[in-house]
Amino acid sequence: MRFLFKTDYDQDIRLFKHGGQRFWYALLAVVLLAAPWLLSEYHLAQLSLVCIYGIVGLGLMLLTGYTGLVSIGHAAFLGVGAYAEAILAARGWPLPASMAAAVLLSAAAGIVVGLPALRVRGIYLAIATLAFGFILEEIITRWESMTGGNSGLSVAPADLFGWTLQTTAEFYFLSLLCAALATLAVLNLLRGPTGRAFIAIRDSEISAQSMGIHLARYKTMSFAVSAALTGLAGALYAHKLRFLSPDQFTVIQSVELLMMIFIGGIGSVHGAFLGALFIIVLPQAIAALIPLLPGALANAAGLQPTVFGLILIGFILFEPMGMYGWWFKARTWLQLFPFYRRGTFRRQKTFQKSERLR
Amino acid sequence: MSAPWFRVENLSVQFGGVKAVSGATFEVQQGEVFTLIGPNGAGKTTLFNLISRIYQPSSGSIRFEGTDLLRVAPHRIAALGIARTFQNIELFENATVLQNLLIGGHTRRTTALWQELPFLPAVRRAERRLREQVEQVIDLLDLQHYRDSMVGGLPYGVRKVVELGRALATRPKLLLLDEPSSGLNVEETDDMAFWIQDIRNDLLVTVLMVEHDMSLVSRVSDRVLAMNQGEVIAHGTPAQVQADPAVIEAYIGVATV
Repeated sequence: MRFLFKTDYDQDIRLFKHGGQRFWYALLAVVLLAAPWLLSEYHLAQLSLVCIYGIVGLGLMLLTGYTGLVSIGHAAFLGVGAYAEAILAARGWPLPASMAAAVLLSAAAGIVVGLPALRVRGIYLAIATLAFGFILEEIITRWESMTGGNSGLSVAPADLFGWTLQTTAEFYFLSLLCAALATLAVLNLLRGPTGRAFIAIRDSEISAQSMGIHLARYKTMSFAVSAALTGLAGALYAHKLRFLSPDQFTVIQSVELLMMIFIGGIGSVHGAFLGALFIIVLPQAIAALIPLLPGALANAAGLQPTVFGLILIGFILFEPMGMYGWWFKARTWLQLFPFYRRGTFRRQKTFQKSERLR
Repeated sequence: MSAPWFRVENLSVQFGGVKAVSGATFEVQQGEVFTLIGPNGAGKTTLFNLISRIYQPSSGSIRFEGTDLLRVAPHRIAALGIARTFQNIELFENATVLQNLLIGGHTRRTTALWQELPFLPAVRRAERRLREQVEQVIDLLDLQHYRDSMVGGLPYGVRKVVELGRALATRPKLLLLDEPSSGLNVEETDDMAFWIQDIRNDLLVTVLMVEHDMSLVSRVSDRVLAMNQGEVIAHGTPAQVQADPAVIEAYIGVATV
């Protein structure tokens, strides 16, 4: 059982609420920093991918989980970042400059997509982002002089002022650093006025507006920040795969990203990384299970999307807070021990929200 | 004579063929509690939505402290000093009470996105200052116990108070309360009456409210305006309006025997 006595406003502003958190996150940092010496080369590469997908997750979480704007075109922002990085790196730009350019370009794309968001909402916005995803996929395919079209584009290894990040470990540290900085930025945003404005828009646009929140400005801002983070991940992704082609940035990929944050836990920063971990580990878990399955099932096409879909349905039905929900409940159980009541997280019917002011 | 502090003049709005508000004219003096009454569908909430610029009127004008509200964007209304609550509670459900109240301080935001991303000391200072202001509201409305509770899990009566608090956190000059006592039990209604009086007397906030509970209305209001089917039918002190034949007719009809 843990009691938190608050004696200072800063206790609600601080990132770490108590010594226990500080200890566990420090331990996590140590383990992550020591990972190159603990893991095999292959697993380290997978962990880099978790960092990259985690950054995408943060971006999408900010937009969908915190601002309530659903995007089914996020792979397009990933594509903008990846291709910008690949093209600029090929022209000899040093890594920080090309990455900054990739981030800014994605943010600009985010603003362009965000503009229709000011006029449409809900499912219509989702369709607008879907259209953007298709358009960008088409541009990547057709603009052969720049992107190489369907034959793809190979990417040079990341170059940091003459120091080339050749090894898996070097690239892992770069991804880890980016993921840590992105997480910090998102957490800072969420504990300040901008993050609160996003949450306000998600929960009730009408009262957000009457509290003085400029809906258009904050929705655009949310799109820009979200796209910028996704672009950052795209730049890393380019260097990770070393080869880009249009079929990596399809709408299917966008849907997978959306599923990732829902399974991770919508509306939580942890959820972005838990979802990323899930999306990287699941294909391998399925691959490991295939030999145990009967022949007809093992050879069936589309086994992975089916499992993915079933798991998503399971989460939506039984644990809408996603994997973060498990973690949150386990933590609460420990904090309240031995006083946890079984009904603590029972979902209760809330009062009907008014539809009149839509 | 100086221009009135808050004046609604000849305000009308139509939805299709329905005249929701037609030709409403009234003034609110600074420092009073002004109540709108009327049967369901009289256009009281519509009038609120016109003042907070959710609806665009077909004709007429609304002036507040010399500003023509119809020329102001909806999100600028709060910064002018007009805050409101909603009839069916429009809180930020998946946020804590504290966060809800802090959002009320949004118009006093001093920091920009680039300062918040690295959480510069200026942001921390601004957050502390805002928190201090919000704590005053929490103290006034006795919300200490609920500070860290999610709004979604709170009982109806508490949400009603949180919504009042959120409106107060914007530091309004004019507070629009849409049925503050609906859904509250007798004790909670009593508390609400005290708070409305405190808000007027101690915080010097002018209150414009829509209310059905006549005992609450006569207890706190200085002036009452009765509406029926979009039109103003009576105007005066609570006692005058309650005795007005047009009001009695609107509520219970005329005797035909």
